[in-house]
Amino acid sequence: MRQMSEEQIKNLENQFEARIARDEKIEPKDWMPEKYRKTHIRQMSQHAHSEIVGMLPEGNWISRAPTLRRKVALLAKVQDEAGHGLYLYSATETLGISREEMYEQLHTGKAKYSSIFNYPTITWADMGAIGWLVDGAAIINQVPLCNTSYGPYARAMVRVCKEESFHQRQGYEIMIKLANGTPEQKDLAQDALNRWWWPSLMMLGPKDAESIHTEQSMKWKLKRKSNDDLRQQFIDQTVPQAKLIGLTIPDSDLKWNEERGSYDFGEINWDEFWQVVKGHGPCNKERMKARVGAWEEGKWVRDAAMEHAEKKQIRKQKQAI
Amino acid sequence: MKENLYKYILGIADNSLILGQRMGELCGHGPSLETDIACTNISLDLFGQVRSYFQYAAKIAGDKRTEDDIAMLRKEREYKNVLLVEQPNTNFAYTIGRQFLFDVYHLAFLTELQKSNDFTLSAIAKKCIKEVSYHVRFSTDWVKRLGDGTSESNEKMQEAINDLWTYTDELFHQTEADKAMVSESIGVDVIKLKEAYYKRVNDLLEEATLEIPESKWFQKGGKEGVHTEHLGYLLSDLQYMQRAYPNMEW
Repeated sequence: MRQMSEEQIKNLENQFEARIARDEKIEPKDWMPEKYRKTHIRQMSQHAHSEIVGMLPEGNWISRAPTLRRKVALLAKVQDEAGHGLYLYSATETLGISREEMYEQLHTGKAKYSSIFNYPTITWADMGAIGWLVDGAAIINQVPLCNTSYGPYARAMVRVCKEESFHQRQGYEIMIKLANGTPEQKDLAQDALNRWWWPSLMMLGPKDAESIHTEQSMKWKLKRKSNDDLRQQFIDQTVPQAKLIGLTIPDSDLKWNEERGSYDFGEINWDEFWQVVKGHGPCNKERMKARVGAWEEGKWVRDAAMEHAEKKQIRKQKQAI
Repeated sequence: MKENLYKYILGIADNSLILGQRMGELCGHGPSLETDIACTNISLDLFGQVRSYFQYAAKIAGDKRTEDDIAMLRKEREYKNVLLVEQPNTNFAYTIGRQFLFDVYHLAFLTELQKSNDFTLSAIAKKCIKEVSYHVRFSTDWVKRLGDGTSESNEKMQEAINDLWTYTDELFHQTEADKAMVSESIGVDVIKLKEAYYKRVNDLLEEATLEIPESKWFQKGGKEGVHTEHLGYLLSDLQYMQRAYPNMEW
């Protein structure tokens, strides 16, 4: 292919940005700037990784769910997450990277996943807190992505968001039941809220001043609101839900600000945030060990499936002759 | 209370309960995302079946017992599943082998149960049979892939079949409750399923280039509540919440 001149590229880029500004969707076969492709691979694969790593903390409790109804709901939820992972990987593959390459990036630590999944699930109430808070924060992050500029991502997100909002209600419902239960159950719920509240706030990302990707992402509609705005939205939405079921948000600085029409809240422990992001959270090692272990132990199975498919193909060809 | 019917339902449902629990353990740890989803799906189907059976059993019991009490608050000797379904997920070949050896039986069993004189059991069977037809397809396909895949997978699949074979004969044993239910045309006469089962399994194993185990030594006891050592650990997980936090609603 003939090398394009700088001017030609600039021209294409301008047309590209104009399309996005007109709210047109970019499709896999369309021309796109290399940076757009790379940024999308990074964000979409990170999203896919978060889904499959996110299966682990909740997967912990499938075998111990307290009732059959809860067990079935939890299984279905974790299965949904696997499904999200599957179609997010597929959507990312349209940008010219294979699922194996993405796994490789995850397993070697080159690609990140949501840090929240590096926290342990130590009681049943954590299943409620994760659904309510973690999925709640995820939805706030993700709903704007239903209108993002890259077509396959936007379409995947429509479905993901529908299911996530169902998960959030399911999680909140677990919390309601605990909060209205025996004192022991209420303690479980409060304890889970205490442990998951701050990490959930951190899910909305670093402060705007420290967020490096925001401006470009806004232009490409990968982001519509800043991290701080999203965080405020999450807090304002969640505090009344906690009150409603008689739980206390673990923040002594939390106070309604009449003037702003929002809650003021305390300082987030960003040292903890960066510690977990950099790989030193309570379960980073366990999560990666589980993922890498499943992948390596599954190699002989995947090899067998490939080999079998080839054998079948050869037999078919022989029959045709 | 219809004692024999109650026991009969538990005998059927415990197979789904314990196998569902085993399949659920794999969630998030499968060899690929697709198999992970499929195994979770099978687990979900099985627990759905369990709920139908236990809700019916609770109605028959007619006391305060709920589906969860029946599922989670019995003692180890009171579970009546066959030994096959409680065998652990040693590796994916064992998971598939266990599923396959049970599925072929399960489908044949449900096909007969549809004809039950008991309206509820017949209705449950009709609902389950659609799901179990898919399970059979899944596990059969994988037995073929692993059997007729690489030499490593062939070895692993063969080892799993050889080890699990000893638990197949028990599928065709009858308890006193089973016999009573057969005589009332409510239950399935499993003895009559045996020949077709081994023929079907043997054919599929051959197609998968696997050898049919020659051993004639079989294990039994699950249907009488005498289990392998594996069940206790499984029950510790299954019952944990109900035991640690008794008499609460979730």
